[in-house]
Amino acid sequence: MASYPGLPVFSLFNRDKTMIVSSIASFGRYCMFLTQVFRLPDKGKVFFNRLIFEINKLGVDSIPLVIIISLFIGAVITIQMTINIVSPLIPSYSTGLATREILLLEFSSTMMSLILAGKVGSNIASEIGTMRVTEQIDALDIMGINSANFVVLPKIIGFVFFVPVLCILSMFMGLVGGWFIAQFTSMLSLEDYVFGIQSFFNEWYVWYGIIKTVVFAFIITTIAAYYGYYVKGGALEVGQASTKAVVSSSIIILLADVILTKLLLQ
Amino acid sequence: MIEAKNISKWFDGQRVLYDISATFETGKTNLIIGQSGSGKTVFMKCLIGLLSPEEGTILYDGRKFRSMNEQQKRALRTEIGMLFQGSALFDNETVFGNVLFPLKMFSPLSHDEQVERAHFCIKRVGLNNADDKYPSEISGGMQKRVAIARAIALNPKYLFCDEPNSGLDPRTSIMIDELLSDITHEYGITTIINTHDMNSVLGIGENIVFINKGHCDWKGNDHNIFRSTNEDLNNFVFASKLFKEVKTFLEREYEAEEDV
Repeated sequence: MASYPGLPVFSLFNRDKTMIVSSIASFGRYCMFLTQVFRLPDKGKVFFNRLIFEINKLGVDSIPLVIIISLFIGAVITIQMTINIVSPLIPSYSTGLATREILLLEFSSTMMSLILAGKVGSNIASEIGTMRVTEQIDALDIMGINSANFVVLPKIIGFVFFVPVLCILSMFMGLVGGWFIAQFTSMLSLEDYVFGIQSFFNEWYVWYGIIKTVVFAFIITTIAAYYGYYVKGGALEVGQASTKAVVSSSIIILLADVILTKLLLQ
Repeated sequence: MIEAKNISKWFDGQRVLYDISATFETGKTNLIIGQSGSGKTVFMKCLIGLLSPEEGTILYDGRKFRSMNEQQKRALRTEIGMLFQGSALFDNETVFGNVLFPLKMFSPLSHDEQVERAHFCIKRVGLNNADDKYPSEISGGMQKRVAIARAIALNPKYLFCDEPNSGLDPRTSIMIDELLSDITHEYGITTIINTHDMNSVLGIGENIVFINKGHCDWKGNDHNIFRSTNEDLNNFVFASKLFKEVKTFLEREYEAEEDV
């Protein structure tokens, strides 16, 4: 049996039966961990203070990263679309339209969540892992506090609550990135771009992006917290847990993306 | 008083504790001693409930710990203070925040009274002008003091200390020992200290339990440990040249006393 908690995704590539059994056991442990996390907090006021702290740390601190990446990727998508859509049969506003659809449907939800899995997921896993190896989690347990609930729940709720803001911000900044290309280069006209991003707008796509991001935020926070919470050892194991949390949550995000796309767009 | 009866513990089929029975008295500094890997930390973790022993009974003033449900255990834990080997202070809280934390979570006191109590505990352990510092900004000895202040904040009935002197210089170790001893007597706490520091054994060992290879090999106190005929205990306690000389000296003293 693997001594380290691993989610089933790892065993997809491993034919070893022991690993599969271990992964199923780990999934059960993950579910039991969530039952510990989702309980009523011991003190509402303390929980609220921690929630605000986590929203600030995990959400607000991610805003600069989201702005920078979305701005540049929005610009790159616009350039790519302009270069590749050259047929006289395709209307000139298609560049803006395609840029908007890519941003709304995939980039601002899935791609941004994969990037945030790296930042937020590793942050959560390493923080909780360090708390575990330095006995801070044990200290909470000894005090009679539900440590999983106290440490993890504010992170999950805080990030899930704030992530739609990041998603909408990413959509907006991506479009602004394309606008910069239209405004400051001669690749396409600003009028065509603005007309394109307004054409055939389907509001549901925004909701679709937000719903996906919320699900992905849940995946990132719970998986990272799970890996951090069950760390055994020292600094090396905390680093390994952090890496595994990012890899595991990234793969599960992609899997969930397929399922959600099938469910929400069909 | 805490009583442990026939505690046994296995890890992956390997037995690490063999029917350990011990009584830890109220108002005394009770020491669990033994070599590294002897099972003393496992035994202490079983007593607190961080590990679950496969066999045995643990009684907290007659209350059966292992029979309690989760809610009862959580209620009991508010009566327990714990000093961890690495202090286990919360990194994102200041010294004051760490001591105030258990009060915020469990105390029925008003906010002003909680603040007053936290200040009192910090002063009681001899810390001055450190309230606003973070754990990473203070020394190891100061961290231990903060951890003690946090442990006594809720007026615990039971205080557990896992190797409180590890990583400290001899002078600071003695200060920590004296502080733990003073607090134990002052508040009538049942204090259990897990240690392999011989200065602690001889300085504050009012009730000593020696664990050797998972067995409880000897029980006594800091006076009769010198007269023990247990070979493993003697090899452990008097391993250093200094303590061997101390033992020889004291044995001569005892013999002289007996002759008189």
